[in-house]
Amino acid sequence: MTRNRKYLEDVGFSLVAILLSFLLVAVIMLILGYNPIEAYKALFEGAFGSSYSLSLTLSKSVPLIFVGLAVGFALQGGLFNIGGEGQIYIGGFVAAITGLLLSHTIPAFITLPVAVLSGMAGGFLWGGTIGLIKAKLNINEVIVAIMMNYIAQLMTSYFVNGPFIAAKSMTPQTEILPLNLQLPKIIPNTQLTTSLYIALIMCVLYGFVMKRTVFGFEVKAMGNNLHSAATGGIYVARNTVLIMALSGALAAMAGIFEVFGTYGRFIDGFSSGIGFTGIAIAFIGQSTPIGIILASLLFGSLQAGAMQMSMMAGISANINNVIQGLVIVFIATPNIIRFAFGKRRS
Amino acid sequence: MPAILMKQISKAFDRLKALDHVDFEVDAGEVHCLLGENGAGKSTLMNILYGLYHADAGEIYIHGKAVHIANPKIAQQYHIGMVHQHFMLIESMTVLQNIILGNEAGRFAIDYAENRSRIDELERLYHFDFDLDKPISVLSVGEKQRVEIFKALYRGADIVILDEPTAVLTPQEVDVLFRILDDMRKQGKTIIFITHKLHETMVLSDRVTVLRNGKIIGSLRTEEVTPKILATMMVGYAIDFDIVKSTFKPGKPVLELRQLKVLAASHATISLQVRQGEIYGIAGVDGNGQQELEGILAGTAKPLSGRIIFNGEDITAMPAAKRKAKGIALIPSDRLQNAILPGMPIIDNYLLGFQHNSMFSHFGILRFNVLKKHADNMVNQYSIKISALEQPISQLSGGNQQKIVFSREAGLNPLLLVAVQPVRGLDIGAIDAIHRQLLQLRDRGKAILLISTELSEIMEMSDTIGVLYKGELIAQRKAGEVTIEQLGLFMAGERPE
Ligand SMILES: Nc1ncnc2c1ncn2[C@@H]1O[C@H](COP(=O)(O)OP(=O)(O)OP(=O)(O)O)[C@@H](O)[C@H]1O
Ligand SMILES: [Mg+2]
Repeated sequence: MTRNRKYLEDVGFSLVAILLSFLLVAVIMLILGYNPIEAYKALFEGAFGSSYSLSLTLSKSVPLIFVGLAVGFALQGGLFNIGGEGQIYIGGFVAAITGLLLSHTIPAFITLPVAVLSGMAGGFLWGGTIGLIKAKLNINEVIVAIMMNYIAQLMTSYFVNGPFIAAKSMTPQTEILPLNLQLPKIIPNTQLTTSLYIALIMCVLYGFVMKRTVFGFEVKAMGNNLHSAATGGIYVARNTVLIMALSGALAAMAGIFEVFGTYGRFIDGFSSGIGFTGIAIAFIGQSTPIGIILASLLFGSLQAGAMQMSMMAGISANINNVIQGLVIVFIATPNIIRFAFGKRRS
Repeated sequence: MPAILMKQISKAFDRLKALDHVDFEVDAGEVHCLLGENGAGKSTLMNILYGLYHADAGEIYIHGKAVHIANPKIAQQYHIGMVHQHFMLIESMTVLQNIILGNEAGRFAIDYAENRSRIDELERLYHFDFDLDKPISVLSVGEKQRVEIFKALYRGADIVILDEPTAVLTPQEVDVLFRILDDMRKQGKTIIFITHKLHETMVLSDRVTVLRNGKIIGSLRTEEVTPKILATMMVGYAIDFDIVKSTFKPGKPVLELRQLKVLAASHATISLQVRQGEIYGIAGVDGNGQQELEGILAGTAKPLSGRIIFNGEDITAMPAAKRKAKGIALIPSDRLQNAILPGMPIIDNYLLGFQHNSMFSHFGILRFNVLKKHADNMVNQYSIKISALEQPISQLSGGNQQKIVFSREAGLNPLLLVAVQPVRGLDIGAIDAIHRQLLQLRDRGKAILLISTELSEIMEMSDTIGVLYKGELIAQRKAGEVTIEQLGLFMAGERPE
């Protein structure tokens, strides 16, 4: 099969998977006594109906793009970064604190990049630690990453509940960042900030590195056959650390730009699972930049439209989790679709 | 009535016609050899019979009955079993568990006693002798293969397909395999046997069928043919197998091994020297340290003691990447595990090991145009059968994969080539071509270390021959000053006076 045909077939499968999930959820709604057409109309309007809802969709997609890239990059190197959640918290927290500490003394146009870079450095180290433990001690990265997630979330939670809590605040969160440190909005009075551009730039960069550079080739080679890669002179241990570190930095960006864009401060537990959604994004998007963007838009629009749907059709916004879950199930098991269409694997 | 009749089978992959109106017939109870060059379509034809691939056109009859074999499960229902070149065993499970997998006796729980007694019975019939409780991972290649064969028999196969079973075996293990096949023939089993070794065809088979470029060239009784006839049928012209070597003019030493200890279990060491324009052949029965030596020379493993000197420089601690850059090329013995990136395009496989070479990258950015030109060149020069450079290498026949590895390693002017079993799985034409290429490299003043378990290959190619026994180089002789019989004795551990 040529690559183009395979590519088209993959896209076809993904579309069918998405359609099937919507259909199945429609059936569930019918059984529960809701009107699926009305619900989906509300969902669509909530996601695309106005410039406000469109910007909401985009702003929800941005962090997903970052974590999708993070997980996809590691996957290409044969590594599973399930630690995105922890890296988001570390990145967001380090960046927020750096920004708050420096903002009194140094001009914003220096503080902002320094804060962003220090947050990324935090994610780099947090992810790199996972890689280091795997490379040196041969401990599975999944287990280490899950532990590191707990540490990151609980540690940042402790900090914003105690030493760094905003004055007179009831919620565990830091002081608000000065306005000149927050990312400019693309559309005023929405959550959509210039982080969208940064996400798209990272996609281009990611595509370039994977396709055109020696490093990208080495990453893919490791993902394909570790032994051949080692025999072919690739520093497998060193690259394992580097891939996890870079993946960590990418995931951290999701947290950093939520803090500097969407919320304007670090709020305890703000991520609530973005890091894990990134895994689904990378799988659905097959670790390609375009795929990751499309998958992020899909999940972003579901999240954006869910509110409207629950208001208009009276269905709990959680139904979108069911749709997301089904999309993952159908894509992770393409044979269900092949079976449904009577097409066997050749 | 033939046990198997495949009629007018055609199969194309994209534009490549792998099989073109093939008629193939096997009688019940015979050993039938399927011959052909790399990429001729042998594996494809057998995979169709076993239900792994589906023919685009054609019919299959088993004992005269038209059948549709949609998948291997159905093939098994027709009592067809297949042993692939790459084993499909679960490494962490025991021999017993692997044999009964999918066919466990017992209603609710597995009745191991019942399974054992069934296996015992079959073992006696075919003179197998397994330690059923050993995990697969500790077995030798030959033992794993015997488990695969036994598994097929246990599932009730009457027709057993073996795809290049001897390619990975030592001569001793080949003998064991042949005894088993003999027993199977006596029990009335039908055997289809793929090989590239014509002498195996001659001793083992009742009938041979030759494929070339996806077409049937002929089907003959073994008594009626000679290896020469078969070779001509396979490649389409008469091959001249006599390789003429130019006189041996060694230059400066390139590689020196100084008391290299490769096996933990013995105190023995290896010391040798390979010079420019020399092929140094290391003979020995597999498992005497070849694999360890390969890793140590590649730079992926460390010797227990001793030094490696390359062009006067101590490279014992040098990592693989730097060795490549210095001009040390390696053809690993295990192609699938150590030499190729199976899921990646052919062109990427040409890059592996040379990604930092200034020809193919500048400042970390790949230069695809140069790489493509080089890969195109290699594919043409070594007449490798591919449909596009973007095709994943795993889609190629085994022989063509090996040619890619060889051309990659030899094609960029190395100073030293370490070739471990370089012709494993290759057809006679390709073996001949690779051997000629090795000699050409030698004549151009390159140093070549050839590690092979094929005595004939060692004898034919080497200028100097060393014998490896339990991690020790127990004998070294100039070519022409030692007979095959003497080498055989050294290989068995007998020391020269
Ligand atoms: N899955 C596949 N996709 C594309 N091409 C394939 C595939 N399988 C086999 N081919 C092509 O079909 C041809 C026949 O391959 P096959 O593996 O049957 O050869 P073979 O006779 O077994 O060779 P060898 O002796 O090297 O194992 C080759 O040119 C190979 O590249
Ligand atoms: Mg084959």
